[in-house]
Amino acid sequence: MDPRPEIIGQRLASIKNIIAVAGGKGGVGKSTVATMLALILRERGYRVGLLDLDFYGPSTHVILGIPEGTQPREEKGIIPPEVHGLQFMSLVYYAGDKPSPLRGLDVSNALMELLAITRWNNLDFLIVDMPPGLGDTTLDVIRWLKKARFLAVTTPSRVALETVKKLLSLLIELDASIIGIIENMRRDGDSLSCDELASYDVPILGGLPFDAELEGSLGNPRQLLKTPLVQALNKIVLKAKLA
Amino acid sequence: MHEWALAEAVVAATVKVAEQQRLKTITAIKVRLGELQQIEQEVFEFALKEILMRHEPLLRNAGIELEIERASFQCRNCEKEWTFSESNLNPEEAESIHFVPEIAHVYMRCPACSSPDFEVIQGRGVWLASLEGV
Repeated sequence: MDPRPEIIGQRLASIKNIIAVAGGKGGVGKSTVATMLALILRERGYRVGLLDLDFYGPSTHVILGIPEGTQPREEKGIIPPEVHGLQFMSLVYYAGDKPSPLRGLDVSNALMELLAITRWNNLDFLIVDMPPGLGDTTLDVIRWLKKARFLAVTTPSRVALETVKKLLSLLIELDASIIGIIENMRRDGDSLSCDELASYDVPILGGLPFDAELEGSLGNPRQLLKTPLVQALNKIVLKAKLA
Repeated sequence: MHEWALAEAVVAATVKVAEQQRLKTITAIKVRLGELQQIEQEVFEFALKEILMRHEPLLRNAGIELEIERASFQCRNCEKEWTFSESNLNPEEAESIHFVPEIAHVYMRCPACSSPDFEVIQGRGVWLASLEGV
């Protein structure tokens, strides 16, 4: 018998809210939104964790900017290091900058291992950066992170829209909780996807502007918090009554 | 010592099985430790004993048997089989695998064709092999 599933509930018991930032499609800005959301909630005085579950292409450590040599501490498990005020957990602590060529079962096993050994310290929010796709990690998060509520990210592109529709259909079918949809990378003149997504009966929370200058702020949380993107996301946090 | 966290998982699983089978006392627990995870046996056993003591009377007197399961791998690309002792890992790589055994796919390669696409045939991690009780 695999003992790990029996301890996951205990490990997550000290977390009040879990928000999984998903979208189905790669490149829509899930990691950026997840990191910004974590930083915004921290700024508001909450205790926040950030968990990167994109094992193939982890990037929240780049957006957040983790100091070189940062590693979890061992104490009856793994204690996520505090990075810029966030309890931050990612497979990069163990894989470094090397690729992780994992098959589906390996992804599920690695996720279960992290959930079984990571000791989060009394969090108001755990923000989970989801990988692209609707496969193993999405199903595992629904299975193991029972408290998780999904925040769907899409862009004004029809390509992204088609995938986020599939994500919403799956989440609704599996009775997962959905906070709403954010349309990222909007430019002037883009119309929100309200009409296309209206039939899903999921709140359209609003748009985030495309920010050509964002690249220069990556790795610098103080600068990130001053971007127009964060101002727009702050409004969404209020609108969705996340905090 | 993150072994403690895995010992807690074993105890939680034992309690669940005991409840399902309506056992009043567990007399023996057998845990298989996969070689790939490189669990420190003494540390794990110490943690397990400490945690079991806290579950009076269900687990307090449970005997512990630990069994190391040798790890073996098979390449999906060329079907070559090999063992953990043949893997050429440095201490940092081995430690990373200790925390998350799937990290083996980051640092280990098939000794015949260098593929990272291999299956862990046996000996991955911690497994509750059996328990006895009344």
